[in-house]
Amino acid sequence: MEVMPKWAEVILVPLISLVLAAILSALVILAIGEDPVEAVNLMVTGALGSTYGWGYTLYYATNFLFTGLAVSVAFHAGLFNIGGEGQAMLGGLGVALACLLIPWPHWTLALLGATVAAALFGAAWAAIPAFLQAKRGSHIVITTIMFNFIGAAVLNYVLVNVMRPPGSMDPATARFPETVHLPTLHEMLAPIGINFSKAAPANVTFVIALLACVLVWFLLWRTWLGYEIRSYGKSEPAAKYGGISPVAITMIAMIISGALAGMMAINNVMGEAERLVLNAVEGAGFIGIAVALMGRSHPFGVFLAAILFGFLYQGGAELALWTSIPRELIVVIQALVILFTGALDNMVRMPLERLFLMLRRGDA
Amino acid sequence: MTLMHKLLGATAALALSAGAALAEPALIFDLGGKFDKSFNEAAHNGASRWAEETGGTYREIELQSEAQREQALRRFADAGANPVITMGFAMADPLATVAPDYPDTKFVAIDVTWLDTPNVRQIGFAEHEGSYLVGMMAGMASESDTVGFIGGMDIPLIRHFGCGYAQGVKAVKPDATVIANMTGTTPAAWNDPVKGSELTKAQISQGADVVYAAAGGTGVGVLQTAADEGVLSIGVDSNQNHLHPGKVLTSMLKRVDVAVYDALKAGADLETGVFTLGLAEEGVGYALDDNNAPLVSDEMKAAVDDARQKIIDGELEVVSYYANDSCPALQF
Repeated sequence: MEVMPKWAEVILVPLISLVLAAILSALVILAIGEDPVEAVNLMVTGALGSTYGWGYTLYYATNFLFTGLAVSVAFHAGLFNIGGEGQAMLGGLGVALACLLIPWPHWTLALLGATVAAALFGAAWAAIPAFLQAKRGSHIVITTIMFNFIGAAVLNYVLVNVMRPPGSMDPATARFPETVHLPTLHEMLAPIGINFSKAAPANVTFVIALLACVLVWFLLWRTWLGYEIRSYGKSEPAAKYGGISPVAITMIAMIISGALAGMMAINNVMGEAERLVLNAVEGAGFIGIAVALMGRSHPFGVFLAAILFGFLYQGGAELALWTSIPRELIVVIQALVILFTGALDNMVRMPLERLFLMLRRGDA
Repeated sequence: MTLMHKLLGATAALALSAGAALAEPALIFDLGGKFDKSFNEAAHNGASRWAEETGGTYREIELQSEAQREQALRRFADAGANPVITMGFAMADPLATVAPDYPDTKFVAIDVTWLDTPNVRQIGFAEHEGSYLVGMMAGMASESDTVGFIGGMDIPLIRHFGCGYAQGVKAVKPDATVIANMTGTTPAAWNDPVKGSELTKAQISQGADVVYAAAGGTGVGVLQTAADEGVLSIGVDSNQNHLHPGKVLTSMLKRVDVAVYDALKAGADLETGVFTLGLAEEGVGYALDDNNAPLVSDEMKAAVDDARQKIIDGELEVVSYYANDSCPALQF
């Protein structure tokens, strides 16, 4: 029997963690002589108070949705994919190649092509550590981390030596042609009368990310393959006994995971920057781990966590713009939220469980 | 849901008042952060000097992500900041899209020289000329005829530094060896003093006795290790001679501080266009102060000043790495 009712598990635990993180953050802000109420106000209005704020929040959230889902899928197979960063980087390379080399007639086709390219590149980058894990037993945590660095070096080589337009100092590709421009939320919502901010980078990829959430849910809980992935993750010997091939499941889970991480590139590379820069992923691969942990590796949880992290990113940017709170402390505030909701989860959960047990005894 | 609506309504009202008009100038630091002891810090110093002298105030932000580049530009321009000063070549592309939307705002782009926008003051530096001079000094100070170069992230700009340096070394000692290493291939390479220190040790074990760091915050580790191991080092961007008095041969000055100071001083009446600051404009140079005076012999100073004059007069040409993406004196 479950100790806690579902609503407490899903809502109460994260909420209390968030409040604790907020209190500690407020103390930090107080300690450096700024007004915490004003800071919270700025973060909330800046991230959620206008379509402009939402546009950025959703843009960041889209990145985190993809990487969060990527970590979740691998996690269900008992694999800890820390390589989302590198996979998203290579996905960006795939997007850039698809957008620059193929003359797309329309953005819908380009989106389709770029998505396939991003997924393929990301999946290929995840497949190597997966193969090493499945066949050689090299631990996936170590190999995926190492592949992040190899990915960064590959991207650097390609951008500096191959894809940089002549005469440009910036290690980045040329701008993608106009035809592959993805519609932003502003352009999508204007026809139905919603005047969404023009400056915000959120684009059609957000819809694709939501679609990916549904597909991942369907895959994991409504298909044979998902059942095999989950049972392998729960117990390897039992799965083996049931006739599930560890090699196949490791490879398939990591390939799906890598493809999801790679697909993040359609948001940041194709949707926002419209060219590939070196620092395109900027840590979203790692944030994905926190998002997956916080979202309990469930697509809906990942969705909520991704929105929260999008809020923290955009709110943090507004804090940096309008206050003199140094950016290191903004990172501290973001880290406190991660710490409480991810790592210190049991700190809240255990007392709560005890509380519910007491209440139940009272009932009985 | 109603609570949500209330919250949204309240916050929307606040949002309108948040970005109230301000005529202050704004300064956007690149990802390295304003205390990188180097490029961004030079801008910070220039801006602080302006603020102290005039009593003026300015807005600033240290970028944390790529998406914030355009965001910060637009937010400051919307809020009426003028001029908006940006640091680093990575702002070129966002500026190209944002600047035309704000024709009445003046932008300043440091390390950018190739944009075609009328309201941007673009300032480039002839880093290869300054690096050439410190390269000459390194060549003359070296007893082992082996000198080192430690770059930050492996990008064309840093190769540009290394290329000028190698040419300077070869000008005084044609047979000298120049060992060049880059700290890394990610932006973390700008802020990795530990790796800088390791690379310095590696170069010393290969015989280098002067090491030039063009690596942002990573250079702090290079200078520290060089001082600990008893070899000479050369600082970059800001005058870093004072970090280890008597151990830092000189610093290759890139007067970002002056460029920022001048821009702030000109205010909204700023002259736009493309400006390249070389030796003649004193935009680059080598640092000479009490800390390194004992290290710089009269002969060294005479040779370097002579070369400086020749470069200004056009008698001597330092080949730029950008000219054809390769360096005559150094293989990367």
